[in-house]
Amino acid sequence: MISHLPILQVIVPLMAAPLCLLLKRAQLVWLFALFASSLACFISILLLQQVMTSGVISYELGGWEAPWGIEYRIDKLNAFLLLIISAISTVVLIAAQTSIEKEIPKDKHTLFYILYLLSLTGMLGIVSTGDAFNVFVFLEISSLSAYALIALGNDRRALWASYQYLIMGTIGATFILIGIGLMYQMTGTLNMEDLSQRLPQVAQTRTVFTAFAFVIVGVCLKLALFPLHLWLPNAYAFAPSIVTAFFAATATKVAIYLLIRFTFTVFGLSFSFTTLPLQGLFLTLGLAGIFVASSAAIYQKNVKHVFAYSSIAQVGYIIIGLSTSTITGLTATLLHLFNHALMKSAIFLALGAVVYRLGSIQLSSFYGLGRQMPLTMAAITIGGLSLIGVPLTVGFVSKWYLLIALIEHGWWPVAVLVLLGSLLAIVYVWRIVEAAYFKEPLAGTMPVKEAPVLFLIPIWTLIIANIYFGIDTRLSVQVAQSAAQSLFGVSP
Amino acid sequence: MTISDFPPGLVLVLGAFLLPIIARKFRPILTLGLPLITLFLVWNLPNGSFSIFPLFDYQLTFVRSDSLSRLFATVFSIMTFGGSLYALKQKRVLELVAVFVYAGSAIGVVLAGDLISLFIFWEIMAVASTLVLLSVGGNISYQVSMRYFLVHVFGGTLLLVGILAHILDTGSTAFTAMELNSLSSILILIGFLINAAAPPLSAWLSDAYPEASFSGAVFLSAFTTKAAVYVLLRGFPGAEILVIIGVFMIFYGIIYALLENDIRRILAYSIVNQVGFMVTGIGIGTEMALNGVAAHAFTHIIYKGLLLMSAGAVIYMTGKRKCTDLGGLFQSMPLTTICAIIGALSISSFPLTSGFISKSMISQAAADESLTAIWFLLMAASAGVFLHAGIKFPWFVFFQKDSGLRPSDPPWSMRLAMLLFAGICIGLGVWPEFLYSMLPYPVNYEPYTVTHVLHMLQLLLFSGFAFFLMLPLMKRTLTITLDADWFYRRLFPSALKNIFSIIWRADKVIRLACLDKLNSGFNFISKKNNRLSGLLSQNHPSGSMAMWVAVVLAIYLLLSFIK
Repeated sequence: MISHLPILQVIVPLMAAPLCLLLKRAQLVWLFALFASSLACFISILLLQQVMTSGVISYELGGWEAPWGIEYRIDKLNAFLLLIISAISTVVLIAAQTSIEKEIPKDKHTLFYILYLLSLTGMLGIVSTGDAFNVFVFLEISSLSAYALIALGNDRRALWASYQYLIMGTIGATFILIGIGLMYQMTGTLNMEDLSQRLPQVAQTRTVFTAFAFVIVGVCLKLALFPLHLWLPNAYAFAPSIVTAFFAATATKVAIYLLIRFTFTVFGLSFSFTTLPLQGLFLTLGLAGIFVASSAAIYQKNVKHVFAYSSIAQVGYIIIGLSTSTITGLTATLLHLFNHALMKSAIFLALGAVVYRLGSIQLSSFYGLGRQMPLTMAAITIGGLSLIGVPLTVGFVSKWYLLIALIEHGWWPVAVLVLLGSLLAIVYVWRIVEAAYFKEPLAGTMPVKEAPVLFLIPIWTLIIANIYFGIDTRLSVQVAQSAAQSLFGVSP
Repeated sequence: MTISDFPPGLVLVLGAFLLPIIARKFRPILTLGLPLITLFLVWNLPNGSFSIFPLFDYQLTFVRSDSLSRLFATVFSIMTFGGSLYALKQKRVLELVAVFVYAGSAIGVVLAGDLISLFIFWEIMAVASTLVLLSVGGNISYQVSMRYFLVHVFGGTLLLVGILAHILDTGSTAFTAMELNSLSSILILIGFLINAAAPPLSAWLSDAYPEASFSGAVFLSAFTTKAAVYVLLRGFPGAEILVIIGVFMIFYGIIYALLENDIRRILAYSIVNQVGFMVTGIGIGTEMALNGVAAHAFTHIIYKGLLLMSAGAVIYMTGKRKCTDLGGLFQSMPLTTICAIIGALSISSFPLTSGFISKSMISQAAADESLTAIWFLLMAASAGVFLHAGIKFPWFVFFQKDSGLRPSDPPWSMRLAMLLFAGICIGLGVWPEFLYSMLPYPVNYEPYTVTHVLHMLQLLLFSGFAFFLMLPLMKRTLTITLDADWFYRRLFPSALKNIFSIIWRADKVIRLACLDKLNSGFNFISKKNNRLSGLLSQNHPSGSMAMWVAVVLAIYLLLSFIK
């Protein structure tokens, strides 16, 4: 049983998805999905433990040997990602049933859970597989279910947002497929480990350069790197709240995982960062992303839009950490993957609670909410502080490691720019805090009650995690550090 | 976990959150009791480092207790007590909460033993002091607090980068004296100096403090700048650049205070001026100078608190804040007048007041080091201080013309607070040994020698004379009879006036030009963005999104093939 964990990680949600159809009542489906997701989370914890103690796990699907058959390969990096994805998915699901009651028509509830589990399957699959083509397959599974999930939003603009996401996502996936195809043409293999052995021999050919370019641009589209981010704000803003909370915390993370996997493992560090101009490109786009997206966030009227833009800015920080191409920089990136997932899922869940009570997510509907929904607003405030990077929150830990990486690398001006960028976060978080605590409710609005318990439990679990991992960084830093070290081929 | 492991500042920070919870009538027990508990804890700290916690790979030392940190923590606690007494009539709970967090984090800063915990408290201080300003409410207060916050967060940014780099350079988080030889220490210094209201960002102080409430200003005057003085004293003793910066601040404060009409803005400029004395002393860096700085910070907090209390009392009772609207209040506010005069004499270093025993140490240090030019400048500045804070403030508010206002003295709690601080000012002046025994280095300085006293009296007498001589000028009503006295009645004052007005105008032009550019930049950004589909957040058709993909791919391929 233990030896089959890598495939169980993917199979459990995959099998659970169609089983949902058998259960008629939405409540039951919800409990079942929650169960499947917690099982996946449990498996990912076991996997992480196993990887941390005994190293890389290689699992051969159907008993076919590695370069020929499909290999699932779990190292520290993907075990870490698996944990993030499945844990966030589970916590978010707790609030799902309450939230979708108000946002999704009753007859679509079962469909929602099926899509949710499929999307989870896709993400877990992308992360666990060691086969480049398999990546594409799972990417399509997760993307297709994501388009449908976003289209479930009760705002009519959700359809349009979903359609645009579909177009862009398909372009991205096609680019990745083209890249993989070109690599296959040059090396005759699809296994990532095998590719990394064979690519150096043909590295100086234009085909490989082009393959790399297509893969990188395709992945960057998926992770919403500026200026390829245009699909994201509307997709996040008009999707059902639960979907936003889940995707904001995980979807871009998976794409970043792919970026790391392709640049560090498949193409190799020296090819990605020395032969090719990746460093300059990532740094420029990352910084531009931080400033453009943060300033756009300041002017949004829809609070979901505010945090959607903030997500794009956060991708900027993650990419800047990557662009240093040092162990510390990569540690900062991985750490921020974890930390940002905690912040954003907490914030978007809390926004979901606001939507549940108010039915609106415009900034003006937040007026005076600090007194009516104290726990929810406190959560948004703490989440916002974490986003800014205030000490004793996870945001500070991320910022700290990123700055150390930048200064160590000698990039002083970048460090200052990164900090100034985080000042913009103060502004957009402040607008919401100000609306909730310092403004009087608009005349004619009905007072509302605090969010239901099923919302508060996951929200505050995540908020407490935000603070806990801001103080006790042993787990997150240790895993991120040793994952980064093993990607650099340094034994810890 | 012993009692010394509990950081005293946290008593105030945590206690602050009890304030909104408990019943209104019990609130004074907390606001007066918490500072006393803090004071008790501070005084019972033995030397050494306590309250050590791990954070990431580092150790946080929340309490580093030695005579210097205890001195600052002591005066901060006294200030919190006095200020709370004064603020008993303050109805806004938000301000009280903010003030307590602010005071507690300031104590946290001066007790912090490592750079990380220093930074943590530093940032809490910035946020809490902004809330003190914000709690006033209204549009002006909102804008002021945003400007204030931006300056401080900018300083915090530089400080954080500096601290990180310092930790990477030296491998240690300990907060000890630093050499100014690397970018990291320069950034830290700039971060500190911004909080000390050093140029070119001095303006945040005089911009913000006068807009606080009558009680908020009292607290604001004490903590931010003096915590900055403490960290400079600890981190950069003897850094020569500080002498220049300090002297600049001294004269900046004097010139602007002389030209100002708002009573609390006069006092705000005078804070810059007084901190200038301290910064200069830190730059001189001898034991005598550092002792003088520590002592001066102590006395300054008390007398500046007292002055702002009296100004606050006037504003509280009359609702007016401009020199030109006030005057003649001594008839109905005798106690406030007396307290303001005691504060004014202290700030002017009048013998038998606290200012005399502390400021003279700094100028003595300059003399000891044969820094003749600095000594002269400090002396000239002392005269200037007497002009703007020592005479101008009490004269225009309490005497001068009769404004017709007849407010009574403020409520008993405010009177009591003023009396307490006035008593401390006199007490320290009469018995300097008490303060001297708390200073970081052994003191062998005797303030009350005949030369010192005579010298100071002469200086004060002549500058007082000059003030009344130039009084018409200050009131801007010139009546002149031309004679041989033309030289000192017309030429010198007008020359002075011209010099001042040139400085004033040049400064105004430069600042306005910068502000204008900044403003139009921001306006441009906000005009472009503040629409439903702003510049950066437009909804794009799928085609243009796809175009961006093509553009990025093209750039990328181009770059990789060029190589």
